[in-house]
Amino acid sequence: MKNGNDKTMMDRREFLKRLGAGTAAVSTAALAIGCGPRNKGDNPVQGEPPAGKMTYRTNPTTGDRVSLLGFGMMRLPSVGGRSAREGVEEIDQEMVNSMVDYALEHGVNYFDTSPAYCQGKSERATGIALKRHPRDKYFIATKLSNFAKSTWSREASIEMYRNSFKELQVDYIDYMLLHGIGMGGMKEFEQRYIDNGMLDFLLEERKAGRIRNLGFSYHGDVEVFDTMLARHDLYKWDFVQIQLNYLDWKYAKQINPRNTDAEYLYGELAKRGIPAVIMEPLLGGRLSNVPDNIVKMFKEREPEKSVASWAFRFAGTFPDILTVLSGMTRMEHLQDNLHTYCPLDPLDEEELALLQQAAAMMMEFDTIPCNDCKYCMPCPYGLDIPAILLHYNKCINEGNIPASRQDPNYRKARRAFLVGYDRSVPKLRQAAHCIGCNQCSPHCPQGIFIPKEMQRIDEYVEKLKQEIL
Amino acid sequence: MLRKIRIVLAAVCFTLITLLFLDFTGTLHTWFGWLAKIQFFPAVMALNLAVVIALIVLTLVFGRVYCSVICPMGVFQDIVSWLSGRRKKKKARFTYSPAKSWLRYSVLALFVIAIIAGIGSLVALLDPYSAYGRMVQNLFSPLYRWGNNLLAFLAERAGSYAFYETEVWIRSIPTFIIAAATLIAIVILAWRNGRTYCNTICPVGTVLGFFSRFSLFKPVIDAEKCKECSLCTRKCKASCIDYKNHKIDYSRCVACMDCVDNCKHGALKYRFVGWKKRASGKNAVQAGANAADTKATDPKTSGPKDQSRRSFLTGAGVFLGATMLSAQEKKVDGGLAEIIGKKALHRQTPIVPPGAVSLKNLAQHCTGCQLCVSVCPNGVLRPSAGLMTLMQPESSYERGYCRPECVKCSEVCPTGAILKITPAEKSAISIGHAVWVRENCIPLTDGVACGNCARHCPTGAIVMVPCSEVCENEGHGKGHGGGQGNGKRKRQHGKAMVPAINEARCIGCGACENLCPARPFSAIHVEGRQVHTTI
Repeated sequence: MKNGNDKTMMDRREFLKRLGAGTAAVSTAALAIGCGPRNKGDNPVQGEPPAGKMTYRTNPTTGDRVSLLGFGMMRLPSVGGRSAREGVEEIDQEMVNSMVDYALEHGVNYFDTSPAYCQGKSERATGIALKRHPRDKYFIATKLSNFAKSTWSREASIEMYRNSFKELQVDYIDYMLLHGIGMGGMKEFEQRYIDNGMLDFLLEERKAGRIRNLGFSYHGDVEVFDTMLARHDLYKWDFVQIQLNYLDWKYAKQINPRNTDAEYLYGELAKRGIPAVIMEPLLGGRLSNVPDNIVKMFKEREPEKSVASWAFRFAGTFPDILTVLSGMTRMEHLQDNLHTYCPLDPLDEEELALLQQAAAMMMEFDTIPCNDCKYCMPCPYGLDIPAILLHYNKCINEGNIPASRQDPNYRKARRAFLVGYDRSVPKLRQAAHCIGCNQCSPHCPQGIFIPKEMQRIDEYVEKLKQEIL
Repeated sequence: MLRKIRIVLAAVCFTLITLLFLDFTGTLHTWFGWLAKIQFFPAVMALNLAVVIALIVLTLVFGRVYCSVICPMGVFQDIVSWLSGRRKKKKARFTYSPAKSWLRYSVLALFVIAIIAGIGSLVALLDPYSAYGRMVQNLFSPLYRWGNNLLAFLAERAGSYAFYETEVWIRSIPTFIIAAATLIAIVILAWRNGRTYCNTICPVGTVLGFFSRFSLFKPVIDAEKCKECSLCTRKCKASCIDYKNHKIDYSRCVACMDCVDNCKHGALKYRFVGWKKRASGKNAVQAGANAADTKATDPKTSGPKDQSRRSFLTGAGVFLGATMLSAQEKKVDGGLAEIIGKKALHRQTPIVPPGAVSLKNLAQHCTGCQLCVSVCPNGVLRPSAGLMTLMQPESSYERGYCRPECVKCSEVCPTGAILKITPAEKSAISIGHAVWVRENCIPLTDGVACGNCARHCPTGAIVMVPCSEVCENEGHGKGHGGGQGNGKRKRQHGKAMVPAINEARCIGCGACENLCPARPFSAIHVEGRQVHTTI
């Protein structure tokens, strides 16, 4: 969108790999893992981020100047200091307010929420925080999150849409998205948006000015993505939200055949001049909590920059990206991200190669591509699916998955795995209780076949407990 | 000097035995498990001749040093009494009192009758070691574990795996009350009069007192040197020194050496006196016979037949409240479904851990010391609430199941109530068998695929079969309500897969019951066996 010569960079970025997504990854990962030591990679850079240095991108249709850092409202803090998605605790509105104030002061002007986030409480909290500022100082993005069958009817969907206005206390929405299309394939997409006339309804709303930009967020079946772009002339998408990060760039499909490499998605959008909004730039925190050897690699090059900053710089380096969403639970995340984008220091070729190498190294690890979005939750049988997967990934990253009793660090690793498991996941919510009903998998944007992973982890736990590895 | 040696040894034994009941990791038992096994009454129940004879010989040589050093209940009373003396600023506060032999021997007689009649609960109530174990397990162990949990909390924040959190729960209300009552009674008695319990109620004290009268070494008052200052009497927590007549009641003397070390005139000496009045040989023979006698009666006693109700298992689950959310449609992301705690069900035949051999064997040997309950890492063992088996362990699977790698209870049991087994042996010992409860089974009630019981059965005793084979005409339940958004569910009419149990292979470990998603009552549960079998 901005400078043409940036586009030539595309070729050089052949390397980046896989996951990522949006938000607050940093903290949430650590939290979900159960308050172990906070991520090592997550040390905020010292000092106050500079004001007035934010990098902005321009929306070609409306001319909006959008900050490169977008505030994802999916992992808001709770009164207990954790992410409010964890369940029991209420959103810490005061903290949300002060983080929003701080973000606005430092140039952030894009706030992304959904009726589904934080167990349905995110929109209201977002509305309360933003209402305290002039309406023209920020852009609000929300979604039509009619995932549940009971909301597929036109009436229910419209009710959900109208309710967003009420919760957000606004009379127009800057960026409206069809939420998570592709997860149920074309059929489900049609049931959610075509058969009930909702897409036409939203197009009308855009015409009426209550929606300033209409787009969609996409996970899963690439057929839906391709179809939507093929009908671009019909729908005139103002923007599209995709998952992009240095792991998903080239490895998304390799990680899960159901997914599509970010390189392809971005390329298709750039070709048509559709600005991209980026989610999961950190893969739910996985890219801020990476194996030790990769941390070392990054720190050798940029000792003062956080591990997470590399992932944000990667996403920001692409020119046709409107904004990069980060779901920030803690002020430190916000500050660290502001340091990265005030202003953006684009990656050079050598640095991109470094990230390619890091992605290739991460592919060596058999981590499960969960980014803790919690779309699978609540599990009707009480499991804490993301906590189990994150614990497993954490143990992989820390080298605590012994392959046999002969391993030199077997005893230590076994203890770390088992004790950490009980800490991260209450016994009644552990993988042993997975009955395999598979109600979760269809919700997973990463396409993880969850029961299989649960049973695999459970078998591994049994082997550790019985010492028959 | 002798007194100091006694105090040091007693402190070591006492600390270690107490830690046996507190340590939930099982590490200490590897090294000091024998301390429980040299306790007099447990050794009698275990028919551990070597220990019983050694203790009797010890008593015949040195007097009741067992009561002063080895018995944790005795040392506990000494500590209470010592604190009392310090508080009252009267370190010499006792008086001589004549022996209450009728009470002692009545209690002993009652105790023996209880053993013969198989009234395990009364036996457990009177045995001093077990009474002490109960106090520690029920009253002190929660404090210890809370302390540990605090450390675990800190360790978690420091990223250390040195401590892990443990669950604190009351395993049985009746046993808890008994333990609390025992503690109060013991503390009051010891606070006021030192060793009253040991010399009036304790059956072990009575038996050893009988032998200690003939011991080779005794504290003796030299009438020549004695100035009748009464200090020894006032220092004697067993109230057994009659300084006026220069006599000591050796059946009550616990050889604590307080008198010996405190006599200012050198009139009290702990010395060799030999067997002057009675033929020594006879005593020894008698001793052996006595021990043998006790043992001989054991096998004859018939176990309690009555399956008294095991209600009362408390310790409410961590998660209480709403019903399962299985039929609820997911609309927003995140959150955790509430989990109802499992409720203990009434089992027709109680389950006892592998190694117990049979309900009868356990009832006859167990003294209710709670050591097995203390070490059970899976929340399985708890004291029974049945009248005849009160305080004796039994298994239930609401909190965990009897895991294949664990044989801790069998390793620590000092009485032979739970015999030592290896994990390999355990894998073939059937302590019960699973029973399927159709009404609760999730594939039928919720219409989802499950099979968690079959997946976790360590012996492969459960296979999943199509429902039609098992419950023809039953329909497939009320599963239609479970409609969940995506239509991805595998449920097919008439094809629900439900567990079928091969009883011949089932060992009763309870993995199926514990991991069954049906709550609060599992769709599969274990019924115990009167006599364990090998598969």
